[in-house]
Amino acid sequence: MKKFLSLALIAAMLLSCVVLFGSCDPVDDGKTDDEFKLGVICLHDEDSTYDLNFINGVKEAQKALGLRDDQIIIKRNIPESNACYEAALDLVDEGCDVIFANSFGHETHILQAAKEKPEVQFCHATGTMAHTEKLSNFHNAFASIYEGRYLAGVAAGMKLNQMIEDGKITAEQAKMGYVGAFTYAEVISGYTSFYLGAKSVCPSVTMDVQFTGSWYDENAERSTANALINKGCVLISQHADSMGAPTACEDKGIPNISYNGSTQAHCPNTFIVSSRINWAPYFQYICTQAMKGEAIATDWTGTIATGSVVLTDVNTAVAAPGTVEAIAQITEELKNGTRHVFATANFTVEEKTLTTYMADVDTDAAFAKDTEVISNGVFYESKFRSAPYFDIQIDGITLLNTNFG
Amino acid sequence: MAKSLNKGAGKTREPLFHIVKRPTIPLWKSWVIRIIAILAAFLVCGIVTYLLVQRNPLDMYASMFRGSLGSKRKLWKLAKDMAVLLCISLAITPAFRMKFWNIGAEGQVLVGCLATTACLFYLGGKVPDAILIALMLVTALLAGAVWGVIPALFKAKWKTNETLFTLMMNYVATYLVAFFLLTWTPDGSSTLGRIEGVGMLPVLFGNSYVLIILVVAILTVAMYIYLNYTKHGYEISVVGESENTARYIGISVPKVIIRTMILSGALCGLAGFLIVGGLDRTIYTESVGGQGFTAIMVSWLAKFDPIVMILTSFLLIFLDQGAAQVAQDFNMSDAFPSIITGIILFFIIGCEFFINYKVVFRSAKKEVKE
Repeated sequence: MKKFLSLALIAAMLLSCVVLFGSCDPVDDGKTDDEFKLGVICLHDEDSTYDLNFINGVKEAQKALGLRDDQIIIKRNIPESNACYEAALDLVDEGCDVIFANSFGHETHILQAAKEKPEVQFCHATGTMAHTEKLSNFHNAFASIYEGRYLAGVAAGMKLNQMIEDGKITAEQAKMGYVGAFTYAEVISGYTSFYLGAKSVCPSVTMDVQFTGSWYDENAERSTANALINKGCVLISQHADSMGAPTACEDKGIPNISYNGSTQAHCPNTFIVSSRINWAPYFQYICTQAMKGEAIATDWTGTIATGSVVLTDVNTAVAAPGTVEAIAQITEELKNGTRHVFATANFTVEEKTLTTYMADVDTDAAFAKDTEVISNGVFYESKFRSAPYFDIQIDGITLLNTNFG
Repeated sequence: MAKSLNKGAGKTREPLFHIVKRPTIPLWKSWVIRIIAILAAFLVCGIVTYLLVQRNPLDMYASMFRGSLGSKRKLWKLAKDMAVLLCISLAITPAFRMKFWNIGAEGQVLVGCLATTACLFYLGGKVPDAILIALMLVTALLAGAVWGVIPALFKAKWKTNETLFTLMMNYVATYLVAFFLLTWTPDGSSTLGRIEGVGMLPVLFGNSYVLIILVVAILTVAMYIYLNYTKHGYEISVVGESENTARYIGISVPKVIIRTMILSGALCGLAGFLIVGGLDRTIYTESVGGQGFTAIMVSWLAKFDPIVMILTSFLLIFLDQGAAQVAQDFNMSDAFPSIITGIILFFIIGCEFFINYKVVFRSAKKEVKE
């Protein structure tokens, strides 16, 4: 009986081997595309618009590359602690060739895993350390979202112009409100580019910024938006992840530029346009490089040209006439380099034009300002590293509070 | 029907069933009830899985076991997570035995984390590592003790409500951490990366988790002895049972409350030291991640017995890791696995009711009378 059982087992094993080898493509070097695996570490799950945007990016890339479901492993709700390092190593055990983490605070924990597993590629969104750590298997990525915000700002400026022409407000009353999360380069770069976009078409525009101190706090975002509206802001935008600000705008009939995706379904009477980072091109890029066995860029910046910075459809019922055409034209100018968002001629700091600025590009404990980022009359954002470093307070924007966390 | 009404008119009407406190129940019987409860939980979870997500319940259970026990790494992670949770649970147990409802473990651990990180941040590389580690430990214990003793002083002197007080101390701790993060990261990111290379805890047997597991194992035995075989432990029990009795036999109640909360807080501080020194090497406002509250469940489910708490902390970590694996394997958010762990915990906590009480039906009671 025992003999029979062991014979049967051996036969079954041999059969499965034959089936497995038969289904494999002829192998020339290393793993085949069939065996490739991508691991993704997310701070939260689909309930957060931030994480949803990444998960959608993964799915889009999966479709484009024709990867099977079992070639992609997503770990959700991974905190910015030792748990992140554990999650990364667990993904290595599961056979992942590329591991991606999506939150700023994941960085040093992923770095620790990358040092231990040199044969696996680790990619980290929004981080700042890859270009100084110089590990061959640790990479940062971000997108020049300031270009998207600039375009959204153009739509905002055109809406203000329309309101001035219609006699609803005077040119001096053209004040926008901005709900920010933290007083941090990523947010400062975002609201400044939005403001500059509006200013490029509506020269008299000013802006108030108020911070909530949280990336996701629906009540705080709604009450902050209401406070800004009460202070005389006639158009609102935000850099925070909930529906708080768009909802407040819809309630009060104030035009809104949202972020991370369209809010038109909820706010049909006030939504104009929204910008977001599309991560699909990056996922596609890292998977293809890994499958080809080629190196992944240490610090990758997605742009409008790579399809990483995208705008939703303009809500023509709310936007000023001609907005779609203007956005299309300026997109071209940004793509071919004839227009720069942070051209120093476009803004002043304490009524002076900047000619030089040292930014904190390299991570160090002292937060030293280490790199000259202005040349040829342009502040080059996202050039020396992908994560934003524009942290200047420019004229025309008033910060009602600061919140560093 | 009319007949039965007439019959019952004279007496008070007896309900269909009522609940009677059980006298002590044999150990084997209580375990039979527990096992039935767990089997029932698995059955209900299976049905829920099938109805809600149309997946094979067996796949879900396989994922659950794989999540905690599926590989060597997962076993180490299980042991490490258990050790940290058990440490916090042991810390709050003396206070709970005294019926001092300390729900401030979250904050007490967090200030322990903060003290450890502050030592690393300010003194890292400036003093020899041995001194640094000693300072990390001592300041963490002190910070936790201070956070624990403040509500105890108020309770002992002015009879303030310790539940509200300890709860609010949690928020103070969280904002204190937010404040220090702001000071330590001038770029506004509030993210302090791992502090490596200084004040690293010793790695035993080639695994950095061994030390933590060992410390907590010793602590478990020590706490068992402290609570069951020392004068302090006895005093805690008496104060917990009746403050008047304690006073009558000459125990100073305020003294016991304060002493016990210093111990409880200091042990929470120890947990903070282990989390930052041995694992995270950094701090953020969620460093404790709700474990200060989960610990209450661990301690309570074990009826405040340190040895049984090994089992209950295993159960909670097992469910937690299992749920995460289910979310990963089914490629869905954590919402569904959370429902499953909720159902299992409901049955396990619920079955304790049937161990302490029995349901007596109407007919059965009549027989007893006869």
